[in-house]
Amino acid sequence: MPEAAGGGEALLRVKDLHAFYGESHILHGSEFEIDAGEVVTLLGRNGAGKTTTLKSIMGMVEQRQGSITLDGTELIRLSPDRIARRGIAYCPEERGIFASLDVEENLMLPPTVQSGGMSVQEIFQLFPNLKERLRSSGTQLSGGEQQMLAIGRILRTGAKLLLLDEPTEGLAPVIVQQIGEVIRKLKAKGFTILLVEQNFHFASTLADRHYVVEHGRVVDEIPNERLQENMGKLHEYLGV
Amino acid sequence: MTELLGVPAPVLFGQLLLGLINGSFYALLSLGLAVIFGMLNVINFAHGALYMTGAFVAWFLLNYLGIGYWPALILAPLVVGAFGIVLEKTMLSRLYKLDHLYGLLLTFGLALIIEGLFRNAYGVSGQPYPIPSALQGGQNLGFMFLPTYRGWVVVASIIVCFGTWFLVERTRFGAYLRAAVENQELVRAFGINVPLLMTLAYGFAVALAGFAGVLAAPIYQVNPLMGQDLIIVVFAIVVIGGLGSILGSIVTGLGIGVVEGLTKTFYPEASATVVFLIMAIVLALRPHGLFGRPRA
Ligand SMILES: Nc1ncnc2c1ncn2[C@@H]1O[C@H](COP(=O)(O)OP(=O)(O)OP(=O)(O)O)[C@@H](O)[C@H]1O
Ligand SMILES: [Mg+2]
Repeated sequence: MPEAAGGGEALLRVKDLHAFYGESHILHGSEFEIDAGEVVTLLGRNGAGKTTTLKSIMGMVEQRQGSITLDGTELIRLSPDRIARRGIAYCPEERGIFASLDVEENLMLPPTVQSGGMSVQEIFQLFPNLKERLRSSGTQLSGGEQQMLAIGRILRTGAKLLLLDEPTEGLAPVIVQQIGEVIRKLKAKGFTILLVEQNFHFASTLADRHYVVEHGRVVDEIPNERLQENMGKLHEYLGV
Repeated sequence: MTELLGVPAPVLFGQLLLGLINGSFYALLSLGLAVIFGMLNVINFAHGALYMTGAFVAWFLLNYLGIGYWPALILAPLVVGAFGIVLEKTMLSRLYKLDHLYGLLLTFGLALIIEGLFRNAYGVSGQPYPIPSALQGGQNLGFMFLPTYRGWVVVASIIVCFGTWFLVERTRFGAYLRAAVENQELVRAFGINVPLLMTLAYGFAVALAGFAGVLAAPIYQVNPLMGQDLIIVVFAIVVIGGLGSILGSIVTGLGIGVVEGLTKTFYPEASATVVFLIMAIVLALRPHGLFGRPRA
């Protein structure tokens, strides 16, 4: 099914994507696509270019070339705020919780970009911890709570495509499980999710497909149901 | 006559009032500088010149259009704010990616040009600006005589300072500003038009300077150099308070005004240098200022 996505229906389509930080050429012609409602991961070693891929989609790198289309609309020339307004939301690897804002302000910060976002009550149902801590400064939260806040705040906006950069990095197993649960619920609600993960055991419990990123391009695609038979190859890619 | 610490009470309170008035101007100006530095990463040397421009706009309104003090209190900040928006859009916004130094050089050059133009046209002697009739005269408080206009200046600037504090610390717009100070890139990736936010922040901050200029006009006369005299002290205050907090700018501005007033009473020789002495001590003990946070 995913392989057949060559028609017009992919939600996000990335073609021949190049990205640069100053003089360094980081992405070298990356290509992949995601259908509406899918959870897709980007796997790859440290420094492979996963974060840069997400930032390029958001327009956050200094210079990029190629084509990124959302529902057929070209994004490559748009500024990050315009891209966000088209319905893409980004949860950064470093979480990006603001210290000078309290938890509620952090939660309410991203403006609504489309109708149909989740209500604050629904977000509290996913992340009950946040409700207790509304008046705390954002960075007084534990790492796990900060991650929940970073995910929670982008659910309000109505964006239907979520870019999550290593949401489980450095978190205790219980919290990782909780976040996995939330991602499954979000999928059930119809969100489309592009997930960067180092932990492919975790990824395999959620994702429909996996793309492998190496040296700034997508070098392989593995459907989740064929993950087991590709383990050897994957271990080699990831160097584990 | 009652004496306090060997000084006649009216003299002491008179100096304290003078200190509070100076402090009001310090607070209004350092607040704007803190907002500009936080958002735009620019040390706005043109701030004093824009404060002076505010006073001149009030004077022009009165002398050429017959528009008095109260409308000027609104119109002059709007004019200065609009001018600031033009400066930001056409010049400053090109420098954000470069070192602080470029913004400082540009705004320093702008200050020299603006002040030079006014000096050519009006000399340095200063133009009188009348106190509005509703604020003439004064009150005998028993321990001192309080000129009504001076009391008004302190009250008005405290109201505006706390209004600004409220805007920045308690509103959605303020949350955007604070978040953008921390991480502009991410705020932009949430769909907020950060360049517009920066333009508005600059316009707002220089409008505050314009407002201070109008308040100052009846007290100090309208003089092309009035900003120059003030701005160096205001920069010292910004260093003392640190750039981390709005409340810090207000408290430091008022506090330094009062300290200056007290120094004038008890040790007049040091009154011009006490600010810089405090700055040196604060820099040595708390390099980020009394209320500042280290910047990432
Ligand atoms: N701001 C930057 N300036 C210059 N080079 C950068 C910058 N950010 C990342 N890079 C380089 O780009 C390459 C890809 O980095 P990226 O962060 O995309 O990797 P990643 O796959 O997300 O790695 P990780 O798993 O460690 O998060 C790396 O070699 C990195 O050093
Ligand atoms: Mg990364």
